[in-house]
Amino acid sequence: MNRTLTKPFTDDMVRPVMSTTVWFWAIVLATGTVVASGAAAWGYQLWYGIGLSGKRWPGFWALYLTNFVFWIGISHAGTLISAILRLVNAGWRRPVTRVAEVITVFALMIGAMFPIIHLGRPWLAFWLFPYPSAREIWPNFRSPLAWDFFAINTYLTGSVLFLLLPMIPDFALVRDRSTGWRRKFYGALSFGWRGTTRQWNRLESAMQIMAIAILPVAVSVHTIVSFDFSMANVPMWHSTIFGPYFVAGAIFSGIAALILAMAALRKALHLEKYLLPLHFENLGKLLLLMSILWGYFVFNERLTVWYGNEHHEMAVFWATQRGQYAPLYWTMVICNFIIPIALLSNPYTRNIIGCVVASFGVVIGMWLERFLIIVPSLAHKALPYSWGTYTPTPVELMIMAATFAAMILLYALFAKFVPIIAIWEMKAGDFAHAPRQGLAAADPHRIDAAAPASPEAAS
Amino acid sequence: MSAIYGLYSDPNVAQVAVNNLRAAGVPDADITVISSEPFEHFEFGHRDARTAMPWIATAAGAAGMVATYYLLGLSQHAWPLVTSGMPVAPLWTNLIIIFEMTMLSAIAATVITLIVTAFIGERGTLYDPEVSDGYILVGVEKTGDAGKLESALKIDGGRVKSI
Repeated sequence: MNRTLTKPFTDDMVRPVMSTTVWFWAIVLATGTVVASGAAAWGYQLWYGIGLSGKRWPGFWALYLTNFVFWIGISHAGTLISAILRLVNAGWRRPVTRVAEVITVFALMIGAMFPIIHLGRPWLAFWLFPYPSAREIWPNFRSPLAWDFFAINTYLTGSVLFLLLPMIPDFALVRDRSTGWRRKFYGALSFGWRGTTRQWNRLESAMQIMAIAILPVAVSVHTIVSFDFSMANVPMWHSTIFGPYFVAGAIFSGIAALILAMAALRKALHLEKYLLPLHFENLGKLLLLMSILWGYFVFNERLTVWYGNEHHEMAVFWATQRGQYAPLYWTMVICNFIIPIALLSNPYTRNIIGCVVASFGVVIGMWLERFLIIVPSLAHKALPYSWGTYTPTPVELMIMAATFAAMILLYALFAKFVPIIAIWEMKAGDFAHAPRQGLAAADPHRIDAAAPASPEAAS
Repeated sequence: MSAIYGLYSDPNVAQVAVNNLRAAGVPDADITVISSEPFEHFEFGHRDARTAMPWIATAAGAAGMVATYYLLGLSQHAWPLVTSGMPVAPLWTNLIIIFEMTMLSAIAATVITLIVTAFIGERGTLYDPEVSDGYILVGVEKTGDAGKLESALKIDGGRVKSI
């Protein structure tokens, strides 16, 4: 097997890093403008006060915290999926992992901004951090908000490292192929990586350990975000199902975001040879599974509330089923359940277009789900005198739009500076498939020569 | 001549080169193999595979767990806040923070071990940029009997270079 055959693949991966297209600048300009507008809107809110948002008594958690929960959910696309696929040694994961892990890091960064934007005086945000201070505002470690601080920071730290470590060999590869400032830049980022067997073994051991550690952390993060709600005695929040329901929803929206990102990158960077229909089909199957699981959780939650027939809970229940929030609720059901099942259960429509359409629906549906968890419950608390309504203001909508643009902008910049597919993982996967071509029998040095096929090949 | 090495496009040939160097009396620790991908299906890819990293991560996780348990308890008792009739240092809620810090400690220890063993502790300077084109470098930095080493590395399907 001639290893120089990998050169065209490497060239394809490094090309976007070495050259810049007009499209890249167009995307940066368009998304940068929206991000700047969002920053201006936030500045406007800071100057004139939080009253510019639509938050009014009794609904003080509204669009900003909807986006907080939504983005933390989207963050489950990457590290969690990547870690699972890495641990089960799924061969088809190789072109997908980095695309997914990047979503996690950026979505967490964006999501973690919202509790600060949500504050009336965000310059005092550090008061929320759990540290003892001379103001005698001692941290209350029994507060779910303090748990959020620990969980999100642990997940963000772990996810950043989980993304960065496997990038080091690829930085070394770009270093070897570049000159001038790029060579210095990627030389510094590669930390002197040479690719000795010792380095490869240590890197793979570290990735394995981190994959094991990051899985429970990922599950804990969204469980703890759900505790922000379920620990409060608010109608339809105080429920034991919220932990797994939130985790399932997060993985669901995460997979949808991953499919959308893969489809966009495939088109923009001409990665048709590497991001194959098989990858979309496999992720489509996962999305279908999560859609059914999501439907199962919603049914459980709704049935229990309906059967319990508590007055204050039924007020929220009917407001969403056939009241003022019903259009949003049934749109959510169509987007999260009907469309994915219709498109993804049929092998003929479980193609790239079908997966993209279903994923687009799921992203919309899951945003609506977050909104419908927060707003109707706060608008229909136990005592009817405290009922209210909520309408988002242009400032809130502008800030929200800016975060979506920020995600696209960060992603475009990342794909510009880093090979978006892990080159070394693809090469290793390419060789792992060699037994299929009958190389194992002819190769006395392979330690698996006697085995019929590697697990990678089987996948 | 400070180093001699061969570049091979085929991992089978690279494995033969490693075996030849061993047969020529070069200790395993002196043989350098560099590649742009891991070769876990080959014997040479398993050199230096033994590592205490999982044990270090486990120990760090355990240390993080114990430290967080006591730090949280000390912190809570230093300023006893009474909330909703809960104990000052309730284990149920503290378990959440203890869990997160356990995992963070294990992750941090793993990364520090990686940096120390794979980067700071990595000796040698032998390298060839052709590695990034898919070639496997097999070489020796301490060249005692250069002729013997050169004949060990000279195999069909490879090129020998010296620096």
